[in-house]
Amino acid sequence: MKYLPIILAAVLLLAAPARAENVLRWASQGDAFTMDPHAQNEGQTRTFAQTVADALINRKPDLSKVPGLAMSWNMTSPTTWEFKLRPGVKFHEGQAFTADDVVFSFKRALMPTSDMKDLIASVADVIAVDPMTVRITTKTPDPILIDEITNIFIMSKSWAEQHQVTVPPDMASGKESYSSRHVNGTGPFKLELREPDVRTVMVKNPDWWGLKENPHNVDRIIYTAIRNPATRVAALLSGELEFLLDPPVQDIARIEASGQFTIQRTPSPWTIFLGMNAGGKELTSSSVKGKNPFADIRVRKAVNMAIDVNAISQRIMRGFAQPAGQLVPPGVHGYDATIDKPLGFDADAAKKLLTEAGYPNGFDVRLDCPNDRYLNDEPMCQAIVGMLARVGIKVTLDLKPRTIHFPKVQNKQTDFYLFGWGTDTTDAHNHLYFLGAPNSVWNATAYKDAALFADIDKIAVEIDTAKRDALIKDVSLRLRDAYTYVPLQHPIIAWATKKGVDVPIVLDNLPHFAYARFGN
Amino acid sequence: MAGHLLRRLIQAAAVMVLAALVSFLLFNYVGDPVSSMLGQEASRENREELRERLGLNDSFVVQFARFAGHAVQGDFGISYRLQRPVAELIAERLPATVELVLASALFAVSLGVGLGIFTAIRRDTWISRAVLAVSLVGVSLPTFVIGIGLIYLFAVTLGWLPSFGRGDVVHIGWWTTSFLTSSGLKAVILPAVTLGLFQMTFILRLVRAEMLEVLGADYIRTARAMGLTERMINTKYALRNAALPVITIIGLKLGELIAFSIVTETVFQWPGMGLLFIQAVSFADIPIMAAYLFMVAFVFVAINVLVDLLYVALDPRLRGQETAA
Repeated sequence: MKYLPIILAAVLLLAAPARAENVLRWASQGDAFTMDPHAQNEGQTRTFAQTVADALINRKPDLSKVPGLAMSWNMTSPTTWEFKLRPGVKFHEGQAFTADDVVFSFKRALMPTSDMKDLIASVADVIAVDPMTVRITTKTPDPILIDEITNIFIMSKSWAEQHQVTVPPDMASGKESYSSRHVNGTGPFKLELREPDVRTVMVKNPDWWGLKENPHNVDRIIYTAIRNPATRVAALLSGELEFLLDPPVQDIARIEASGQFTIQRTPSPWTIFLGMNAGGKELTSSSVKGKNPFADIRVRKAVNMAIDVNAISQRIMRGFAQPAGQLVPPGVHGYDATIDKPLGFDADAAKKLLTEAGYPNGFDVRLDCPNDRYLNDEPMCQAIVGMLARVGIKVTLDLKPRTIHFPKVQNKQTDFYLFGWGTDTTDAHNHLYFLGAPNSVWNATAYKDAALFADIDKIAVEIDTAKRDALIKDVSLRLRDAYTYVPLQHPIIAWATKKGVDVPIVLDNLPHFAYARFGN
Repeated sequence: MAGHLLRRLIQAAAVMVLAALVSFLLFNYVGDPVSSMLGQEASRENREELRERLGLNDSFVVQFARFAGHAVQGDFGISYRLQRPVAELIAERLPATVELVLASALFAVSLGVGLGIFTAIRRDTWISRAVLAVSLVGVSLPTFVIGIGLIYLFAVTLGWLPSFGRGDVVHIGWWTTSFLTSSGLKAVILPAVTLGLFQMTFILRLVRAEMLEVLGADYIRTARAMGLTERMINTKYALRNAALPVITIIGLKLGELIAFSIVTETVFQWPGMGLLFIQAVSFADIPIMAAYLFMVAFVFVAINVLVDLLYVALDPRLRGQETAA
């Protein structure tokens, strides 16, 4: 009888109540992987988690931090944070929320099979001081701990024990975990039906603590993953959806022209860029032997000048991109628009620099590029091949799916690669560390600058905000002017909603349905 | 007959093992599932550790032996993407694909055979010419173009039919059917036509060609000379003799419907096995890919064996050869 709940849900769905409900039907390209809030640190999975669960500190659609399950917090020492919890909160299945649930959830998120452990790696211990107070201690001072914990969602301890999900699911175990299709949070919506890849239904939680301040009128959310972009647009245009998260850029003008939909746009905290192997002895994909052209800063600068980032944003991205001049994207803490100015396209100056560096006729190299990861990644790379050919750099293009491209970058088996980075913490350190630090998984530039690396580490522990911001600016500039990367663009995301429905756009592309509204 | 069956079954088993081996070899080129399984902030050590525990670092032979050992017990492991047992996922998606294939086979066979006979018997009418001309569209346009075209016409412009999904389903034991709800019946029309259009035109042209050939044969002329009615000649003598190659082809085409359903399911977000497979490919979800390819190979082999046996049953001459051999 394990299908009984599904049958009941289907019957309930068929026998939809006569009262006019505000049903928000929405779609995007891919479904969440799991309902377990700690098993996967992935965008869509987090959208679902923040819809059914709360963190100690929640975020609003503008990504500002607001009290969640914690009503207040303060730093009692550089390595200690204390949180006063919200009283009277209940989980969807009725359990009362206490400090034990917080301690349990954090310890669970730190376990080896959790995918959140790297996000809160600085946490040393979490203890319940009393039923409504929690203390978190960190190994070193962590100025952005409160930003990181907005992604740590709180589960009920007794529920987890009852269903034997006290440990995040182990993907190598060969068994399904109860928490992959069930969830019990304190959030604004309750999970009613979960059929992965088919349909997920969530209903309003009438007992949500946040309803007093935020009395939303969304009664039901129905999500369907629609893989094919043309079908997604058709589903929206035919009136089968209220909200489409990822309309294809080539269709946005048409959706707008129909007059029935609102398109919202915002730059996203992402940067798409090229990386160069600046530290290798020689380039494996080049016929230049005995030396590495990218080791010469003049060559790297020439590559930067030879690529017309404005053309990429305007033509290839059809205006859905902001030309980039540095790696840190808009919308994150530490972003400085004055640093984010593109170097400027100048093929003649690039050629001169190449001649000075001893490559008057250019050289050859392979560009590794994914073809299924970033919006228009393939045409972007094709355009770059053409731009570099004009200054004599002969680029062979190697297009591969992300499952093959990513390991190349991780294993530093690439000389020249397209990549993108977006942050989970809304802090510049995330970008600077993962793209600048020598021990980062995602930095294949092999660039060596001990002083720069030391300063990146300092940003992680500096708790004086003014000093820290100055450090971020300084490191951003030094990393930019090393020219190991070619910042290309910050993608602009667009959401389409039916008129009469408001789903406020969020920089990180993860909708907050508690802030959605029907009517005016 | 028994000897023939046994020989065919041994051949079939050999093909299955070969198919599994080849598909498994391909997995060396789909890339690293771990890069999609862990968040971007995961450390190098954590990635390596997961790869080790999943057995992805083992040699090809070890990985294949492990897969085959579990597969014969019906255990295809757990999906990397959905973290659920693959056998359960496939069992869940099977009804959607089977129903889609049934609906489009029904469409293709009934319309294909009907129009094929019609255009053969009334070959010089303008209707026949129109049917043949339109059928060219079915053979020449790719499935996804037809699918998107139908969606824009019937879902976006006319608003008659849904653009995606399977509608509401009814559970009958472990099977789910969309044939018993009105939204489900509406939802199956466009995908079934999209998937079946190519097969329909193919069957139409084949039936027509076979009929024309048979209608020109001596025994038809004899039948006519004997004064039999046209109806009798067409149904009893012509159609029956034209049926043999048509049945073979329809059988094989049924397998193609299952294979081609990947594209149709992707276009219509039809929650069947083809969609599951496509999603598995972009994630490098090896357990699902292995199980799916294994299953499709099984379907093809099974259909081939069945068609073979049907052939023997239908054609007395083949039975004679069999006893002689």
